[in-house]
Amino acid sequence: MIRFDAVSKRFPDGTLAVENFSLTIPSRTTTVLVGSSGSGKTTLLRMINRMVDPTSGSIRIDDDDISTLEPVKLRRSIGYVMQNSGLLPHRTVADNIATVPLLSGVKRAQARAEALTLMDTVGLDRSLADRYPSQLSGGQQQRVGVARGLAIDPNILLMDEPFGAVDPLVRSELQQELLRIQKDLAKTIVFVTHDIDEAFLLGDQVVLLRTGGQIAQVGTPAEILANPADDFVDTFIGADRGRRALRIEEVSGRQVVIDGTGRLAGILKDGAPT
Amino acid sequence: MNAFAEAFAWIGDPSHWSGPDGIPTRLAEHLAYTGLTVVIAILIAVTLGLYIGHTGRFRGASIGATSALRALPTLGLLTYLAIAFGFGIRLALIPTIIVLVVLAIPPLLAGAYSGIESVDPRTVDAARSMGMTEWQILWKVEIPLALPLIIGGVRSAVLQVVATATVAAYISLGGLGRYIIDALPVRDYTKVLVGALLVTLLALVLEGILISIQRLTVPAGVRAIRTSPPLRRVRATGQNASAASRAT
Amino acid sequence: MTWVLANIEQIWDLTLDHIMLSVPPILLGFLLAVPIGWVAHRYRLSRGVLLTVCGLLYTIPSLALIVAMPTVLGTQILNPANLIVTLTIYAVALMVRTATDAFDAVSGDVTQSATAVGFGAWRRFWQVQLPLAGPVLLAGVRVVSTSTVSLVTLGALVGMSGLGYFFTNGYQRNFATEILVGIVGTILIAVVFDVLLVLAGRMLLPWARVDAAARRNARTARTKAVAA
Repeated sequence: MIRFDAVSKRFPDGTLAVENFSLTIPSRTTTVLVGSSGSGKTTLLRMINRMVDPTSGSIRIDDDDISTLEPVKLRRSIGYVMQNSGLLPHRTVADNIATVPLLSGVKRAQARAEALTLMDTVGLDRSLADRYPSQLSGGQQQRVGVARGLAIDPNILLMDEPFGAVDPLVRSELQQELLRIQKDLAKTIVFVTHDIDEAFLLGDQVVLLRTGGQIAQVGTPAEILANPADDFVDTFIGADRGRRALRIEEVSGRQVVIDGTGRLAGILKDGAPT
Repeated sequence: MNAFAEAFAWIGDPSHWSGPDGIPTRLAEHLAYTGLTVVIAILIAVTLGLYIGHTGRFRGASIGATSALRALPTLGLLTYLAIAFGFGIRLALIPTIIVLVVLAIPPLLAGAYSGIESVDPRTVDAARSMGMTEWQILWKVEIPLALPLIIGGVRSAVLQVVATATVAAYISLGGLGRYIIDALPVRDYTKVLVGALLVTLLALVLEGILISIQRLTVPAGVRAIRTSPPLRRVRATGQNASAASRAT
Repeated sequence: MTWVLANIEQIWDLTLDHIMLSVPPILLGFLLAVPIGWVAHRYRLSRGVLLTVCGLLYTIPSLALIVAMPTVLGTQILNPANLIVTLTIYAVALMVRTATDAFDAVSGDVTQSATAVGFGAWRRFWQVQLPLAGPVLLAGVRVVSTSTVSLVTLGALVGMSGLGYFFTNGYQRNFATEILVGIVGTILIAVVFDVLLVLAGRMLLPWARVDAAARRNARTARTKAVAA
C-alpha cells in the first residue's frame, strides 16, 4: 500500500505542481493517475521513488515513511518504466534488462538467464537479446523497458506514460500485454497517462486530476462513468459530448453502434457483448 | 619547389640523425613536452569538465574562460612568463609547460563537458530512477557515451600543444621548433623548411592516431544510430567546440 | 605606464599594422568558406573530401605554415602576404566546417516550402538559406576573428610588424612591461572586433535575438519538464 498524506510540491522556480494531495493506493492493483499536462501526475509518480521530494506532507509505503529511506536503495526496489523507454543506448537488450540486478551484485550469468526469461514474459523474442536499443522498433523498446522494470521482481511498478510514444496499433497491443502480465504477477502498479481510454482500460482505480494535483474524482472506471463528479470530469471523460452515450441503429440490415457525437463506434454482434 | 627537395635531402642525410641536434633527439623532446603537458592538462581539465557536465554548475563561467583563453596570444604568454618568473633562458621548461597546459585546458574542458551534455537527459533520468548512484551514472552511463567527444577534446589539445611547443623554441626550449628558430636568423631556409615539414608530419601522425582512437570509442549501440540527425548535430557542435579553441 | 606614454606612437602604429594584417584573413576566410561550406552541405560526395582537407590544413602547426609559405608562394620572407595567406588558410579551414553545419541546420521544411512557393535556387540561397544560416555563421566568424588576431603575433618571429613585435623585443630586452602591453593590446583588438561582429549581427540578423530568447525559454521549460 502506498499512502500520500497532504503532500505538496513547489519547484524552485515557484511552480506549485501539487497541492495538499492525499490518496491511498491499494496493493496488487493498478491505479491510474490521469490528467492533462500540468496536473502534476508525473510529479506525484516520481515522488514515490524519491526522484522528486515533496515540499511538505508524507508518503508511506507499507507504513515506512519513504523520506527516511535511502533514495538509491528505494529506487532499486521499485520498477520504473518511462515514456521513451530510457534504455542505455550503449548496452544490449539483455544488459539493459539486467542493469539493476547487476548493480545489486547478481552474478552475470544468472542475471542474463533471468533477463531472457523476462523477455519471454513481455513477449520479446530471445533472438533480440544481443541487439542494441537503436536496432529495435518503438514497441519493442517499450517492452524492454517493461522487462527492465520487472527485473528485480519489485512489488511496486511505476509507469510514466509508457505507451505514449508508440502508434495506436502497437499501443493497444502493449496495453493487452500489460493486462495479461498484471493478471499473472499482480504488482502494485501506478500508471500515469493523459489518455482517459487507456486509464479506463488498465485501471482498477482511476484518479482524475485537475491542475496542481487536485483530485477531481477517484473510483473504478464504472463508478466514474456512472457518476461523474462534476462538469470537469464530464468533459474529461467525454460524456458531455455524448461520446460515452451509445445508441443502436439499423444500417443495411445490421445493427451498428453510434455515439452521441454521431461517430460510428462499431457493429453490434449477436447476443451479449463478450 | 626545389627547396622542398633540398629539405628532404637534409632529412635523408644520416648525419642529421644523431647528436643533440639530431632529428631523433628533437622529436623525442617534442613528444616529451607534448606528453607531459597533455597528461597534466587532462588531469585538471577532464576532471573539471566531467564535474561541470554532470552537475551543470559553473557552465557559463567555463565557456567564458574558454573563449577568453582563445584570445590570449601564445607567444606573448610564453615570453612574459619566461621573464616575469625570472627563469630566463636557463629554465625555459617551467614557463613553457605552464603555458602549454593553460592552452591545452580549453579544448579538453569543452570536450569533456559538451560530451557529458550530449548524453540524452532522459537516459540519465532513467538511470537515476533505476537506482544508480551519481557515481555510477557518471562512470557507467555518461562517460561511456561521452567518450568520443572527450577524446575529441584530447585531439584538439594535442594539436594545440604540438603547435605551441614549436613556438616555444623561441624561449630556448628544445624540440622540432629549434630547427625553425635557429635557422631563421641565419637565413638557412632549407633547415627552416625541414622544421616545418617535420612538425607538420608529427601533427598529422598524432592526429591520425587520435582519430582512430576516437572512432574506436564510439559505443557499438550508438554507432548503429550515428546517422540519425539529432545525434549528428550534437557531434558536429561538440567537435566544433573543441576544434574552435585552437589558437596557435 | 610611463613606458606606454613614452611609446604611445609606436604602440599605435603597431596596432594599426596588427589590424591591417588581421582584417584580410577574416574577410577572405569568410568569403571563401561560405560557398565551400554550401557545396559541402549540398553535395554529399564533396562533403567528406572538403571537410577532410580542411581538417588536415587545420592540423598544420601555424609557425610551420608561416615559415614554409615563402617557399610555396615564391615570396620574400618579410612579405606580409605570407602571413595573410597562412591565416586565410586557417580561417577557411575553421570556417568551412561551421558553414557546412550552418547550412545543415537550416530546416529542410523551410527550404522545401521556399521551393514550393517558387523561389529559384539562386534566390533561395540569398534570401532563405544564407540569412537563416546567419547566426551559426556569425558564431564561426567570431571564433575565426579572435584566433586570427591572436595568431598575427606569431608574425613577429619572422620579422613581421604588429603587436607581436613587443613580445620578441621585450623578451630580448628582458622587459616584461613591453610584453604585457602587447598582450593587452592584442586582446583589446580581439574584443573590439568581437563587439563589432556582434553589432553587425544584430543589424543584419534582427530575428536571431528573438530566436535565441525563444530557445532559452524552451530550454528552461524542458529542464522544468525533466525535473517534473
